[in-house]
Amino acid sequence: MEKVFVPTDYFPVLVQSVVALGFVVVTMLATHFIGGKRKKFHTVRKDQNFECGIEEKGNARFPFSVKYFLIAILFVLFDVEIIFFYPWAINFKETGWDGLWEMFLFLGFLLFGFWYIIKKGALNWED
Amino acid sequence: MQMETGTYNKVDPPDGYTAPGIFATTLDKVVGLARKNSIWPLPFATSCCGIEFMATMGAHYDLGRFGAERLSFSPRQADLLMVMGTIAKKMGPVIQQVYIQMAEPRWVIAVGACASSGGIFDSYSVLQGIDKVIPVDVYVPGCPPRPEQIIDGFRKVQDLVGNEALRRRYSDEYMELLAGYGILK
Repeated sequence: MEKVFVPTDYFPVLVQSVVALGFVVVTMLATHFIGGKRKKFHTVRKDQNFECGIEEKGNARFPFSVKYFLIAILFVLFDVEIIFFYPWAINFKETGWDGLWEMFLFLGFLLFGFWYIIKKGALNWED
Repeated sequence: MQMETGTYNKVDPPDGYTAPGIFATTLDKVVGLARKNSIWPLPFATSCCGIEFMATMGAHYDLGRFGAERLSFSPRQADLLMVMGTIAKKMGPVIQQVYIQMAEPRWVIAVGACASSGGIFDSYSVLQGIDKVIPVDVYVPGCPPRPEQIIDGFRKVQDLVGNEALRRRYSDEYMELLAGYGILK
């Protein structure tokens, strides 16, 4: 006999979610109200970034070239594409000719994108 | 060879009500006990006393057995500022900034003669004692002090930590102390 699950079977999941969320909220509120006066201890010198005791000069952040971001984000895209190839590779025989043409279509879309970024020069590392 | 019992210090529990499976005491005793046995030092080691401190942290003298195993070079995570060595006048504001950036409750130990009073270097460039720039809790004399003396100073700091009132850092007396050094909390 097959086991049938009704929505009310998932009530414990709801209870667990409420308890987890409630614990976080209650703890944050309680510590905010019960905790010591942190505001009394703030001064300019205390809040500065730790610079081994010497004065800090300037901002730690600086602008950097966009090519790092482009390489990283293109890697993510093509890596996800490879992930999609894995199930097809395993079930290659079962998907048959239809699967092959569909995957070629999928690959075609992505190859078009690849050709586009090559033409745009996004992969050109040297300026 | 027979070991004499009773000649070494054992750690006693604080005063409280004891029953099977239950121990009840006041909050400040428990907090003091926890704090004093888990002090995280910031080793501000400058010269020869720093070398003695290295020996103290080593296996033979082992400061770690008192709970000070984890040294921190960031004041944000340290309880005890251990100033060990000669502090030049140029270094004074640096020490003060490091002390300011420590989070309350914080303690300071001046290890060695140079940190306590300028030591042998009574010259134009040496700060004659770090208590000219920051409030100090314990002074350990010596040039340099032996590791046993450093541990003794650390034990005195532990006594101070264990007996401190929980609200001391919010008290007017503490604020006036800091204002006297120009720290203003």
